[in-house]
Amino acid sequence: MVKRVTLFVTCLVDQLFPKIGLSMADVLESLGYELDFPEAQTCCGQPAFNGGHWDEARQVARHFLDVFRDSECVVCPSGSCASMVTHHFEELFAGDPGRLAEVRALRPRVWEFSQFLLDVAGVEDVGARLDRVVTFHDSCHGLRELRIKDGPRRLLAKVRGLELREMDIPEECCGFGGTFSVKFPEVSGGMARTKIDSILRTGADAVVGLDSSCLMQIEGALRRAGSQVRAMHLAEVLASR
Amino acid sequence: MSREIILERVRTALGRSAGQAPAAPPEARVRIPETGVEERIEQFRRALEALAGKFHVAASKQEARARAAGLLEGRAAVASNSPYLAECGITELEGVRSGFTREAELREACATAGAGITSADYGLADTGTLVMLSSAREARMISLLPPMHVALIPREIILTGLDELFTILPNPAELTSSMVLITGPSRTADIEQILVRGVHGPGEIHVIVV
Amino acid sequence: MTAPDKILTTLANPPLQKAVYAATGRLMDHRRAVVNPEVLPDYQELRTAANAIKRHTLENLDYYLEQLEANVTRRGGKVIWCKDGAEVAGFLVRLAKEKNARLVVKSKSMTTEEIDLNEKLEQAGIETVETDLGEFIIQLLRQKPYHIVAPALHLTRYDVADVFTQRLGVERETVIEKQTMIARRVLREKFLAADIGVSGANFLVAGDGAVVLCTNEGNARLTTTAPRIHVAVAGIEKLVPRAADLAVFLKLLGRSATGQPLTVYTSFLSGPRREGEIDGPEEFYLVLLDKGRTQVLADREKRQSLFCIRCGSCLNHCPVYRKIGGHNYPWVYSGPLGAVISPLYQGMMHDSWLPFASSLCGACADVCPVKIELPKLLLEHREEIVRTKAAQGRGRLEKLGFRLWAWLMRHPKLYELAGTAGSVIASGDGGWMTRLPGLLNVGPGKAWTSQRDMPALAAQSFRQLWRERRSRS
Repeated sequence: MVKRVTLFVTCLVDQLFPKIGLSMADVLESLGYELDFPEAQTCCGQPAFNGGHWDEARQVARHFLDVFRDSECVVCPSGSCASMVTHHFEELFAGDPGRLAEVRALRPRVWEFSQFLLDVAGVEDVGARLDRVVTFHDSCHGLRELRIKDGPRRLLAKVRGLELREMDIPEECCGFGGTFSVKFPEVSGGMARTKIDSILRTGADAVVGLDSSCLMQIEGALRRAGSQVRAMHLAEVLASR
Repeated sequence: MSREIILERVRTALGRSAGQAPAAPPEARVRIPETGVEERIEQFRRALEALAGKFHVAASKQEARARAAGLLEGRAAVASNSPYLAECGITELEGVRSGFTREAELREACATAGAGITSADYGLADTGTLVMLSSAREARMISLLPPMHVALIPREIILTGLDELFTILPNPAELTSSMVLITGPSRTADIEQILVRGVHGPGEIHVIVV
Repeated sequence: MTAPDKILTTLANPPLQKAVYAATGRLMDHRRAVVNPEVLPDYQELRTAANAIKRHTLENLDYYLEQLEANVTRRGGKVIWCKDGAEVAGFLVRLAKEKNARLVVKSKSMTTEEIDLNEKLEQAGIETVETDLGEFIIQLLRQKPYHIVAPALHLTRYDVADVFTQRLGVERETVIEKQTMIARRVLREKFLAADIGVSGANFLVAGDGAVVLCTNEGNARLTTTAPRIHVAVAGIEKLVPRAADLAVFLKLLGRSATGQPLTVYTSFLSGPRREGEIDGPEEFYLVLLDKGRTQVLADREKRQSLFCIRCGSCLNHCPVYRKIGGHNYPWVYSGPLGAVISPLYQGMMHDSWLPFASSLCGACADVCPVKIELPKLLLEHREEIVRTKAAQGRGRLEKLGFRLWAWLMRHPKLYELAGTAGSVIASGDGGWMTRLPGLLNVGPGKAWTSQRDMPALAAQSFRQLWRERRSRS
């Protein structure tokens, strides 16, 4: 029985969207978990990995392994960061048996937030209340690497006062893709606009997602289009009372 | 010689040597459903009609012949040399020419005919497909050049699908230089994705199951 | 790392954008309707089986190539081995001269597009006519195919009307059905007059020495029936061991490509006409093409890109392809497939931006009928490109940036310091970043803000807030 949860908040949440981390902490504490936050944590290495700079990615990944080696259970508010650890560290350390063993030992203990709630904590109703009409964006890594689809919807269904309206293209990429967003800004922007058109068609006043990177991209595009629709992380919704 | 060079490159790439036996292939995946004849005919009908193919059932060869005559409506037609067509009396219908054995004459007849009439070797129920093996009895052009294709087939030859076909015919090349699976009328959606039938092959296909 | 300016032109063309997005969306819908578990419960199993068959075939390719050759020869055909496109063209030109052939009809073959076969034949004075409707149209326009399955995806009926009038001399016709009939009429003459029919091959069956063609129009049947000589051109990766294996692939190809359980015509051709057969070609040649495939085969990781059965599904699902369309890819193959194989065949550094022009969303891998790990291969390309650039002394600034970033990420206290500095510069309404407008006008800042607003940045980091929270309780 897991009692203690280690928070891996991700560099993006740490530096840009701390409220997401605090919300996640609130929900976990309300479920009775003791939390710890190793201050030595920084990043999972994904930006360097996706950019082809694998030596640098390995350096950062080694640091991650060192920081979280002894954690019983690591919870993370990002599908892409969780899957970086659980799916891609294996590739990075393919030639390093020692580190590879560490990756394999740590892998079963790393959880994306919504999957932790459903599969470890075993809860769907966290006692949340939010009177809003929302729609849900399926972040790519969570959807296709972690196979997250129904989970967040089941959690949202238990939020009192919340109405969920599906957009017509929930699974289509928002166009962030890390450095893709600044290397190919026009294509990335085009993809974002297609996404927000779909969001706006639902009439929802917020779009909910699992990944702050997607939410940053989507909200940036919404504001540029003059819309006040909010982008909220699932943790923020679930922490609402 | 390019042949030797390419094969050598392949072997080097794979770390294999000349004459080395291959690893065992994955077992051929065969799933043949247990479906009775009536159900197969019904499946065939549904699949063919979904593609705008036309399906007819005839209770007898005479009825089949009458049905075919009705479809032809006086068109000039070319019939294949399939004995089954002769049995059904197709070759005696007015306007129907058959018995071609020379390509040039056959081609000319097909190029001007309004319909081509054939039998088939098999049908595939799940996709509404006709399986035709080229032979002295069935030439290729008849089901290809004219704008309408009429096929008369006995009900027993309708198989469940591809799996059953390749179980019965594991080596089609033993029997023919050309086996064609025909699934509905010729079509394209190359311009603005708008569906048009009868591009090069027949735009109308009728299957009469006897 | 910049995308060609062409991309911007496409993005600035809303009608074209809409057409590409809508057409690919339709193809996605068609596919979904026929692979969902109610309609095809075996779908995932079939994908796994297809992947296994291709893997086995390629891992034993020399054996199967020899088996294929033996069977083709046995049935009266001839196998021509070609290292590259020049050898293919050379063979066809010699053959045409030998047989006094002046007119070649072609059915759709991406392999022949790879090697610019039509141009080479035309240069040798041999009239070469594409007979697939979409290919016919773009041949008249002298364009590359826009999509591997739907070559004229980007054209409207008015574009077709224009080119038919200009190049065929017919009266202007904008009704699509009538345009199709014009093509039928024009091409039928060619079919019946042609000396040589050149086809590609969707599959080559080693155990039978057979070429398998999956088409809808009937042009491939005519191409391989009417002329007295049939030449099939195929990459060496097209092999499958047995006819029975087709039961797996045929269930996947049509469904993945256009949502059809089977294409209208599936031809299984093995050699010239047999004794007693009334029609069909008198001579058959199978041209096997290497052109870089053996090199890809040698790379254990990238070998899986050879499994591709050219269904086009990855293109249809790719949000990048759906935005920029097929002509913005540097080679004849577009979409995720093109992004993966162009570097392998053209050289990794030839268009080094290409593997980076992806958000790695993974939609392609989900729908690939043979389970090629496309995003993984893109990541590996990226790693190789970065490494090559470093060795060439290029990309120094970016490398320095990532080195610095990695160093910060390994030193949490310095990382925190940098974060604090950053929030001072850019907190709340943008802080100094807006007061010094220059900062937003360069590099990544400019790239981001050209398309979307900056996020409202937090004044305090999570770790600072956490400390406060902890000290309060």
